[in-house]
Amino acid sequence: MKITLKVWRQKNNAAKGQFETYKLDHVSEDMSFLEMFDVLNEQLINEGKEPVVFDHDCREGICGSCSMYINGRPHGPKNAVTTCQLHMRSFKDGDIIVVEPWRAAAFPVLKDLSVDRSSFDRIMSAGGFVSVNTGNAQDANNLPIGKEIADEAFSSAACIGCGACVAACKNASAMLFVSAKVSQLALLPQGQPEARKRVLAMVNQMDAEGFGACTNTGACSAECPKEISLSNIARMNREYLSAGIIAE
Amino acid sequence: MNWLTNFLKSSIGRKLLMALTGFFLCAFLLVHLIGNMQLFKHDHGLAFNTYAVFMTSNPIIKFTSYGLYATILFHAFWGLYLVNTNRKARPVNYAIIDGKANSSWNSRWMGVLGTIILAFIVFHMADFWAEYKFGEVPYVQYSQDLNTLEVTAMPTDAIDSKKIQFTESNVEITIVKNLYQEVAVAFREWWIVLLYVLAMASISFHLVHGFKSAFQTLGFNHKKYNGLINFIGVWVFGIIIPILFAAMPVYFFINQ
Amino acid sequence: MSNILDSKIPEGPIDQKWTKYKSSVALVNPANKRSIEIIVVGTGLAGASAAATLAEMGYKVKAFCFQDSPRRAHSIAAQGGINAAKNYQNDGDSVFRLFYDTIKGGDYRAREGNVHRLAEVSSSIIDQCVAQGVPFAREYGGMLSNRSFGGTQVQRTFYAAGQTGQQLLLGAYSALQRQVGMGNVTMHTRHEMMDVVTIDGKARGIIARDLVSGKLERHFGHAVVLATGGYGNVFFLSTNAMGSNVTAAWKAHKKGAFFGNPCFTQIHPTCIPVSGDHQSKLTLMSESLRNDGRIWVPARKEDAEAVRAGKLKPNDITEENRDYYLERRYPAFGNLVPRDVASRAAKERCDAGFGVNKTGQAVYLDYAAAIERYGKIEATKKNLNNPDKATLIVLGKAVVKEKYGNLFDMYEQITGVNPYNEPMQIYPAVHYTMGGLWVDYNLMTTVPGLYAIGEANFSDHGANRLGASALMQGLADGYFVLPYTIGAYLSTDIRTKAIPTDHEAFVEAENKVKAVIDHLINVKGTKSVDYFHKILGKIIWNECGMSRNAEALKKAISDVQALRAEFWSSVRVPGTADEFNTELEKAGRVADFLELGELMCKDALERNESCGGHFREEYQTEEGEALRDDENFSFVSAWELTGDNQWNLHKEELKYENIKIAARSYK
Repeated sequence: MKITLKVWRQKNNAAKGQFETYKLDHVSEDMSFLEMFDVLNEQLINEGKEPVVFDHDCREGICGSCSMYINGRPHGPKNAVTTCQLHMRSFKDGDIIVVEPWRAAAFPVLKDLSVDRSSFDRIMSAGGFVSVNTGNAQDANNLPIGKEIADEAFSSAACIGCGACVAACKNASAMLFVSAKVSQLALLPQGQPEARKRVLAMVNQMDAEGFGACTNTGACSAECPKEISLSNIARMNREYLSAGIIAE
Repeated sequence: MNWLTNFLKSSIGRKLLMALTGFFLCAFLLVHLIGNMQLFKHDHGLAFNTYAVFMTSNPIIKFTSYGLYATILFHAFWGLYLVNTNRKARPVNYAIIDGKANSSWNSRWMGVLGTIILAFIVFHMADFWAEYKFGEVPYVQYSQDLNTLEVTAMPTDAIDSKKIQFTESNVEITIVKNLYQEVAVAFREWWIVLLYVLAMASISFHLVHGFKSAFQTLGFNHKKYNGLINFIGVWVFGIIIPILFAAMPVYFFINQ
Repeated sequence: MSNILDSKIPEGPIDQKWTKYKSSVALVNPANKRSIEIIVVGTGLAGASAAATLAEMGYKVKAFCFQDSPRRAHSIAAQGGINAAKNYQNDGDSVFRLFYDTIKGGDYRAREGNVHRLAEVSSSIIDQCVAQGVPFAREYGGMLSNRSFGGTQVQRTFYAAGQTGQQLLLGAYSALQRQVGMGNVTMHTRHEMMDVVTIDGKARGIIARDLVSGKLERHFGHAVVLATGGYGNVFFLSTNAMGSNVTAAWKAHKKGAFFGNPCFTQIHPTCIPVSGDHQSKLTLMSESLRNDGRIWVPARKEDAEAVRAGKLKPNDITEENRDYYLERRYPAFGNLVPRDVASRAAKERCDAGFGVNKTGQAVYLDYAAAIERYGKIEATKKNLNNPDKATLIVLGKAVVKEKYGNLFDMYEQITGVNPYNEPMQIYPAVHYTMGGLWVDYNLMTTVPGLYAIGEANFSDHGANRLGASALMQGLADGYFVLPYTIGAYLSTDIRTKAIPTDHEAFVEAENKVKAVIDHLINVKGTKSVDYFHKILGKIIWNECGMSRNAEALKKAISDVQALRAEFWSSVRVPGTADEFNTELEKAGRVADFLELGELMCKDALERNESCGGHFREEYQTEEGEALRDDENFSFVSAWELTGDNQWNLHKEELKYENIKIAARSYK
């Protein structure tokens, strides 16, 4: 099929960007969206132009690298998939597809469609861990954890840190990302000793990075490729309110 | 108290203030509705006008009402401030946004809906509250036969106090400002009726999102009671209350 | 036999070696640790766990990864689970049994001392990860759940749904980020290691390229740890991530580190097949699908051709015209033969012209029989007498959905075909490399101060890795082995002050890196990097993939040499060196693959036997089974680079003192 792409091109963070239009004449519906970009880049290189820079790595929906804002939605028109798992059969012949980078003050554009998401790492550094040094651990079965709790913690921990929640949110809020980690560790007994300190530190770091606040539109969860639930944000609010009032 | 300001300045603390003031305003709306339901009484406005006097003279209510005005202003301007702050989190916007794919339009337009409601409140207060307090509202004298409870009304001259009430041979005479008449007159204008109906629609959409959103902000989100919160948010605050409010101008417009 | 290779296995009984080593190894005192800097390149399971642990111990750590965050390393994609000899299921598991299974699974080409240590520390890994908050699957009583994996007789695999690798990596990543936050680790993301700097024969730092600005940076370290993963992407198509590469390991090789067993690659039989030339990577489908599915191809060539042309649907091929080739060839094990056997059998059928899919490179994995079988069981449970076929299918599909639903969904997502109604298509794909930098018991390469951990070293898996053992090895190396063994080296190095990076060795290394980059940019040829990578992949896949023979390998060597020459004369790398240039990154990596590819073929050619993932057609039994030659090839090949694409082979003899060598048979 034939596809017209309007792609955001930006030389570097300081440069002003603009959309460029590209036409692809032989797109197979079996291609993933990123494979279509491979074809585009091959075409650009053959024409002596610079290929489009975009983040990608595992291409099986788990590393969280890919980050394209496609026709007004992060990771494109299908729910619960990353861009790399989106296939061209979700589009039709003659479609015009607009592709933009994630847009947020806390995710500055590095080049073209690639953005800097190191703010997420800094939030993790602020408290997204259990302070246990290697060798500290007791026997794994000394701490029974009910299956329901373990399963719920797992579904929060399934976050891949892609940033689609931020990209989708009209406030560029990172609360779904932060709350998934806060929730995972708040649910588990291992996370308890530091629970209050953790939520305060992570929220403070999130604010310092320049993310917006949550207005509960639910766009984050609706666009999350791992379908992380909004109940995580409620749990984080709860944790934060109680920690803010009780913690020293 | 440094911890408190830090706490309230954080993104979650700021939301908390919106949620708490929002709840207070929801509670007010309910009370306001119950009072105003007296407009529907066939008593030429006796109950309504008496209620208006009560609302403007009882010291506890007066005190609460100043809290209410402050809350409205705070909720509105804090909300606008937050909208503005949140906007800064995305300095460069997208060329295309397919918002309907992932969220309801009203959840995304809370600031605009809120601004419409604020403008409406200003108009509403100027039209009735200010008029009642500072304007030239004519007085009315009611005579109610305590046996049949039948009420007759006739215009009367202004008096010094807000209300005079006495009983004379089984007829209760009440002299009050005739706010009811002001309401009836105002709602003869089709554009005012339309304005009120549109404002109530804004309130409806604002609260359908706002009510459950406030619970989420406070950390209440559980599949056991989410249904109930949603039900109250949609049916009570999104449908019943706005419809009853909107019915008032429509009622007067039709019955003029 | 060369005597350069000293594996430094401690003396003593196998179950005492590690214990004795730990209690006698030299230590570095806390005050000295503060002034010792360690560079860790790669932040997957091995790298992140090592960097975090070393920082916890008090060393100053600098960590590097080419991804935008350590959390994206490809360890994240591991699905199945992680083995540990906990014996929680009371089914007779033990450290010795895990040790034995790993050696046997590796087809007797792994080192006893290392593997036993791996089995010993396996159980601490689970403890550590649980303490970090890794949400492993649990039973209702709150205890950890286990499953059996890869045909072992005990249930020793711990898992977190189908995302075990993700959860373990996020655990290690959180430990790493904690140290970053505390200032003990300096994290350099979007940085690629371009060279190892050696001074007086010791590894003393690296040259790294900031991938965003393109700037070259010099970093000093008292020791350098490479945790840069495997080289499966030499095949172009593999289950590896797009960025996975051999560059760091290869640069180390060029600085004197020997490369061990490069030809040992593992090929997984159940991957989603290639759909066309645009294919960029392959996706693994869990091996558990073979438990219930039946594998077949059309029995008649004309049917296969019709299927390929899109004129015939698999469901229209009648039972007598199907060839269930695994059941035919291996009646005892049927569809459950080991990975390498199943892979080769699929290739044999496709090469013979019976393959399906447009490309002819796929076989069917059919669930129709399983659906009917489960349907009958359900009908019996529900007391349905003589149910019609439609009812059986509905009932059966429900059971299959419960067992394999997520895999079926994933298949449909990628292929657009509903696997409940039509057989799935599968084909083998490369997904792990057992070979890697040669290391001794301390995990140190032949360059003093240069370590290799995780998949980057030639490892503990011999010629074939067992399922759920990759995660175990990565974390064992990073959390529990390297942090001890590196002390043995550093304790002798406490007097070394940080060497300023204007030292001539740094300058020289940086200039060389710059020259290579400039060369790549200035070729200004006509063909893209991917063009060469795809051709290289095809050569290696066809001649040094599932089955190999001397003639093909010789041809592959000359083909790779010719391709390499063409690459350096006609590659086109657009853009400049001082910017974010993804084509330049790829070019550098492919340049290294073009050298490694030759070495892999050379190694495969040298090894005149069939063992594990290495199958030489000349060395098989009459029934087509692998024929190992323990007398002549019970050694690790360790290749030393002696000049431009010139290698010298060193052999580390493998001694089996605790395990009796036996042949594998699945008939």
